Amino acid sequence: MNSNSFAGAPHAHDQDSVPRLMGAVLLAILPATLYGLFLFGWPAFNLLTITVLVGLVCEAGCLWLAGRPIRPGVMDGSALLTGVLLALSLPPWAPWWIGAIGAGFAVVVGKQVFGGTGQNIFNPAMLARVMLLVSFPVEMTTWLTPHPWWSGTSPGWLEGWLITLGHFSATDGVTGATILGYARTELGMNHSLAQILAGHYQASAAALGWTGGSLGETAEWLVLLGGLWLLRRRVITWHIPVGMLGAVLVLASGFHLLDPQRFADPVLHLLSGGLMLGAFFIATDPVTSPISSLGQIVFGVGCGVLVYIIRTWGGYPEGVAFAVVLMNAATPVIDHYIRPRAYGRTWSGKPRPVPARAKQPPLARKSGVDARD
Amino acid sequence: MRLHDFRGGVHPPSQKHLSAGRPIESLPLPARLYIPLQQHAGAPALPVVTVGQQVGKGELLARAQGATSAPLHAPSSGRIAAIGEFTAPHASGLPLPTIILDTDGEERWAERAPPPDPFSLSPEEVARRVGAAGIVGMGGANFPASVKLSKARQAGVHTLVINGAECEPYVTCDDQLMRERAGEIADGIAIMLHALQASRAVIAIENNKPEAIQAMSDACRHDARIEVLGLPSRYPAGSAKQLIQLLTGLETPAGGRGTDTGLLVHNVGTAYAAHRALRHDRPLISRIVTVSGGAVPEPRNLEVPIGALAADLLAYCGGVSDERARLLMGGPMMGQPLPGPQVPVIKGTNGILALTPDEVGEAGEPSPCIRCGRCVEACPMGLLPLELSKRARGEDWEGIQALGLNDCMSCGSCAYVCPSHIPLPQYFAYARGMLAAQRREEQKARRTRELMEQRQARFERQERAKAEAAAARRAAKKPRTVVLEADED
Repeated sequence: MNSNSFAGAPHAHDQDSVPRLMGAVLLAILPATLYGLFLFGWPAFNLLTITVLVGLVCEAGCLWLAGRPIRPGVMDGSALLTGVLLALSLPPWAPWWIGAIGAGFAVVVGKQVFGGTGQNIFNPAMLARVMLLVSFPVEMTTWLTPHPWWSGTSPGWLEGWLITLGHFSATDGVTGATILGYARTELGMNHSLAQILAGHYQASAAALGWTGGSLGETAEWLVLLGGLWLLRRRVITWHIPVGMLGAVLVLASGFHLLDPQRFADPVLHLLSGGLMLGAFFIATDPVTSPISSLGQIVFGVGCGVLVYIIRTWGGYPEGVAFAVVLMNAATPVIDHYIRPRAYGRTWSGKPRPVPARAKQPPLARKSGVDARD
Repeated sequence: MRLHDFRGGVHPPSQKHLSAGRPIESLPLPARLYIPLQQHAGAPALPVVTVGQQVGKGELLARAQGATSAPLHAPSSGRIAAIGEFTAPHASGLPLPTIILDTDGEERWAERAPPPDPFSLSPEEVARRVGAAGIVGMGGANFPASVKLSKARQAGVHTLVINGAECEPYVTCDDQLMRERAGEIADGIAIMLHALQASRAVIAIENNKPEAIQAMSDACRHDARIEVLGLPSRYPAGSAKQLIQLLTGLETPAGGRGTDTGLLVHNVGTAYAAHRALRHDRPLISRIVTVSGGAVPEPRNLEVPIGALAADLLAYCGGVSDERARLLMGGPMMGQPLPGPQVPVIKGTNGILALTPDEVGEAGEPSPCIRCGRCVEACPMGLLPLELSKRARGEDWEGIQALGLNDCMSCGSCAYVCPSHIPLPQYFAYARGMLAAQRREEQKARRTRELMEQRQARFERQERAKAEAAAARRAAKKPRTVVLEADED
């Protein structure tokens, strides 16, 4: 018998491991990623490659500096996932340095300075996106109408690299605002929502993801499918997505009913921007979200409310990254106050009183017993 | 009866098919039996035999010492070879005082008195006889059954729950016992009901044992007080607190007893042992043990004399096929890793398992906690295992108690689901050990302080007495002094 005979119980384990969980999330986001690459061509592919490579190199470098084992840290898939999620949240033709700075910031500042995997307070990808948006507003809001790979307008491999290296401005391609950004600007000019959307928004194109937006955000239905698969596989639970989407749905419906000319309808909100990606793939990041189910609902609702507030009254057309980062900051507080009720205890942690029923006779057949005894 | 639910829990793959349905076979009598003096909660039993003495089967070897102790009896006839130290079923492999018996193969019973009808005896007498037979909880908790019976009767318990859940993967000894000896178990339940003066019994069996449910239902058909109930199979449905919750929806108050809910839980094996003791005057000298696991060529259910070595059982089941097997006493969820096969079966042993590395699911080094909360979801006690382990790592002993370490029952559900493979229960065990050491230190410090204070007080008393005596002396001298002064004047 080997030395393992001294290991403690339990002597069984289910199949899941951290790399498997990360792998499942990557698999779930793969369809939306591929669709994004198809819509936006080689420059998007280059950007994704850069964020992933820079993310992995930074992770390995930090682990090396900290003197910790590099292989398991890099292989657990978390840095890879951070790189992918960051790329999906960037403008698809963003120049290489946006991707590189973002991925480096996400891994080094967003994660490793807190102590590495499991220790960070903020979602690394979203923290990086917020930083980029604040620091480089022009590059971060230069949106592009889709150039599908087969359409002929899609840049070739070499042209793609020129765009990525910044020799070729994305503005030379066909640019346009996202629907949320456009609506915000036009509403500011006192146009009614019906007028604004009439020329600019087709629900069918939006539903297909055939609109301007971040690399992985436009095909909301593919993101949703991936998210539902994660739910089914029990990688995530329903609490955060339902809380987040539910809050946006309720607020958007309410305000839209009050004044349809000023407030966009809930469907537009659900199918625009990074809401779907945020609800299923970002806010559900276990490290930065609360532990308890109730806490997760609170967290999700908080994210949804913030998204709606930022979109409707804030300074930015889109607010998923801000909302998630703000709620990340609230996570320790939520975890402190919302805990599961321990067995045999009240919510305040005191032992529950002895149940009153204990002293009562049983439910049945007392007489039969007396006869027997 | 309507079933309720308990929170948390896990679904480890069953693996019961390896040994389920195997008829109970008797283990050939080993030449030597090793009977540890500590097979129960409470103080070790006190030997009443001497080395070299011939004993009959069932003869008293050691008597109970203290309120929660249990006596030991000879599992077979033979000669006491030694009373010394021998490896006990514990991961540490530390030796414990043990009676070593050389069997003579004659299986000659010591003289037994024909037992009276148990229902003509007083409840106290029934409980006493259960205790005298050395019966402890057969589910693994090893608490003397007589103490539970008496305390529960005094607490006015109305329902006896017979635990046939057997939720640990691999283990099938209770299943097989119920299939083969349902009538005896039913009789044991009736006897225990009498000892408890309780009005009804519920036999709770996980749904993955339909044959056992059928057999127990048939055996209890004539007794309207006994109900057989199928439970959903989910670990740890066989834990007393979770079982009570499943049946009644009631939670045992933290720090309280199961009997606070009006229910008492006993294992099916305990009921069977009560039948043997009260109807046949047989003490608890053998039990059914499941020998199983991927490294065991022929898994079986064996009736084994207490004191047989795990090696004897494994040899009868074809030896251990894999050198890298992990050897366990009990199930994979809560079982005890054994330092080797030279460890005896005790009263609470329900399984001897030899698991292959694949079955154990070893995944190398644990990775950092990603706060996924699966452990929280899985914890049947509503605790935060990840926070508890964080406190243990930070040596925050107050914090870990405030988070409910004492409520943890070490079921292992948290570690079973942890994707980072963090050995959470080991952190908790470490914290418990440290807290216990701390308490001992505090007690010692308090005792020392008390002694110091007493010494101080004694000194002060002596000083005071001296001073008073001096004052008294002075007072006595005073007139003389006055005289002297007067003289001087």
